[in-house]
Amino acid sequence: MSVSHLTAAVLFALFASIVFGITMREGVREQVRYGLEAFAWFIGGTIAGGWLLYFLNPH
Amino acid sequence: MAHSETVARPAARPSGAMTAAWVTVAGWLVPGLGYFLHKRWVRGSLILLSVVGMFLLGLALHGQIYSFNTGDPLDILGWIGDVCAGLLYFISRIAGVGAGNPSSVMGDYGTKFLIAAGLLNLLAASDARDVFLGKKK
Repeated sequence: MSVSHLTAAVLFALFASIVFGITMREGVREQVRYGLEAFAWFIGGTIAGGWLLYFLNPH
Repeated sequence: MAHSETVARPAARPSGAMTAAWVTVAGWLVPGLGYFLHKRWVRGSLILLSVVGMFLLGLALHGQIYSFNTGDPLDILGWIGDVCAGLLYFISRIAGVGAGNPSSVMGDYGTKFLIAAGLLNLLAASDARDVFLGKKK
């Protein structure tokens, strides 16, 4: 099996965010909110890191 | 003096001689079982889905499962992360899967998925223990 880097990052973010949401907060509403925030940070951090590496070494 | 602060109480504790240690061990061995023992079906199912999904994805990407070792510190940490996946780790070792493919970038991704699955499982098992002790709802 082979997936793209982005797909792998999204799947990683999805699974980790679910666990983070459940374990780090109390109450369904807070858990869902924290999970979504964590997912956004994972994806945002991945994209930002990718662009940072691109500018550090564009070739 | 009386105060209105609500104290979290353990709800729906598992019956019998179940202790916090057993809940933690159960949650470690089978992802989500610590929650299932409290009848937290949705939480347990999501943990089961996430941890097992991440672990299987790691195997599908040809990730490496570390065996016990006393060599490189990173290899030791990798083994600790892997073994945190509980029965998934032991079954994989017995089945002989998880040999890894160091020359593949995706194989490296898979190795990280396997370690992360174990660490997330440990986090969930610890959380299930807190629920059992009434420290968390």
